[in-house]
Amino acid sequence: MIAGDRLGSSRRVAGLAGVVLTGFCSALAAGLLILLLGYVVVQGWSAINPSFITQLPHPVGVSGGGVANGIVGTVIVVGLATLISVPIGVLTGLYLAVYGRGIAAELVRFLAEVLSGVPSIAIGLFAYTILVKPFAHFSALSAAFAFAVLMLPLMIRTSEEAVRGVPTSIREGALALGLPDYGGVMHVVLPAARPLIVTGLLLSIARVTGETAPLLFTAFGSQFWEVNPTNPMAVLALQIFTYAISPYDDWHRQAWGGALLLILAVLVLNIGARIALAGRTKKF
Amino acid sequence: MSIELDSPRSVATASGRLSQRALTTRQAIADRLFRISLVAATLVFVAIIGGLFVELVQGSWDSIVAFGPAFLWSSEWNPVTNHFGALPFIFGTVVSSAIAIAVAGVVGISAAVFLAEFAPRAVARPISFLIELLAAVPSVVFGLWGLFVLAPILGHVADPFLQRYFGFLPIFSGTIYGIGLLTAGLLLALMIVPTVAAIARDLILAVPNELREASISLGATRWETATRVVLPSARAGILGACVLALGRALGETIAVTMVIGNRPAISASLFAPAYTLSSVIANEFTEATSSLYLSALLELGLILFIISVAVNGIARLMMWSMLRAQGRRP
Repeated sequence: MIAGDRLGSSRRVAGLAGVVLTGFCSALAAGLLILLLGYVVVQGWSAINPSFITQLPHPVGVSGGGVANGIVGTVIVVGLATLISVPIGVLTGLYLAVYGRGIAAELVRFLAEVLSGVPSIAIGLFAYTILVKPFAHFSALSAAFAFAVLMLPLMIRTSEEAVRGVPTSIREGALALGLPDYGGVMHVVLPAARPLIVTGLLLSIARVTGETAPLLFTAFGSQFWEVNPTNPMAVLALQIFTYAISPYDDWHRQAWGGALLLILAVLVLNIGARIALAGRTKKF
Repeated sequence: MSIELDSPRSVATASGRLSQRALTTRQAIADRLFRISLVAATLVFVAIIGGLFVELVQGSWDSIVAFGPAFLWSSEWNPVTNHFGALPFIFGTVVSSAIAIAVAGVVGISAAVFLAEFAPRAVARPISFLIELLAAVPSVVFGLWGLFVLAPILGHVADPFLQRYFGFLPIFSGTIYGIGLLTAGLLLALMIVPTVAAIARDLILAVPNELREASISLGATRWETATRVVLPSARAGILGACVLALGRALGETIAVTMVIGNRPAISASLFAPAYTLSSVIANEFTEATSSLYLSALLELGLILFIISVAVNGIARLMMWSMLRAQGRRP
């Protein structure tokens, strides 16, 4: 075909149809999210009231009650998981960024990628076999361990990328001033890499906040106030699951209320991560 | 003061060690502790992954010994007689994930092409943002929505429609429950669309502009450029993205458990209830009465683990090979 020649109408129609179809697919995916969010908001809103977030669950048949213990349990389990995974994740990421050449480092990277694809339920089984079975006791701690393992891949990768992203000139500047590895990393590289590390941390927290599968046989759930991490504990995501598959309308309403709370928490964490990321661009 | 004080060392480069320079003793100790803690953390991480595999093998050992490889193709699952086989669960996992990746692949890649090649920025940005948020929605919320919104819609509207017009196909025959393989597959598709769309979009954007310019200058339309030049050159990576998404679908637990019907049966009909590897673990693990039962469930977990490692390894290899091929291009 000669340039400037008029396009055959069938080719033009095919192009137009293609754009319309692909556009429709984009709209479908985005539209379904709006539908899903809208439905959760509408259903959840009617379930949320002050007692929903301040009271314990009521027994079947007694209307009202709340998920307060699940909210507290989520904070405890996710908080403990963060405490466990931050040192391991950030330091491993640092190791890969600072000393990460050769086969050993490549293997660690590969393992992190593999772990990111391991189903959460398999990690829950692992937590069960090492922290529940030996003690013959479900515990929030075992759930926190499972969550910590789930958080690791993302934290390792973002920490490594964050440190690698710090311009070489800044690192060399620290060295030129006579700072050792330790000093250079702690006082110069880490502060510069912090926004991206925080982003990774917030995203991994968001990831496990909505996670349910490993909780089934680690935290197990509870009807009571429980703040001792060696005991079974209620967690919001698990309560939603239990309520949703129950046959009671009252509990279904509670499930929608819980889902709204959970989705809000996860969205806030995700948007927080984006804000932390935006902070990075101002630095350099 | 250390002896190294006088020896001139090379200033570190970004790729090498940070410092080879003179250090005071205190600094040297801090430095060594720092290095040790980095290596220790890395070893802990490696030990966790090793432990994960070892514990799963150890936990399922009784079952491996009792049933051997026949565990994989036996379809009996009977806690009363202590006979266990994984086939119905492998079937449910594979079929629901296949439906998911077929739907999510088409929708996700189309969306990626649109967002990367055709949509103006003002449209692409908000849609990309929404699709990325879709990836953040917790599994249990998808399950809740699937159970109370998607399943009734399919059960009352879509499934009867399919049965009326395509009922001669075995996959659309049989009783309609609303929950079942098709519902689980479609819900999974919705959950993995963001993975396909986001990665495919980034890969398409990474295709060098020279290719597009060359194609346009030869007289191709933008649609022809997108489908015959851009997509083929990103093919390996996009396939990798699909395999990665497939891995997510295979291991997904809670949402599937809520909509698949949880019946360990193999049926030709997509409307029939089924069971997956992950959902049987979720449902029965805390109720397993015998140690062999528990061990069989752990073996299902081990199978799931091995499948996910294999699938992810393949996906990473595909995307890595594409990026490497692009890196070589002048």
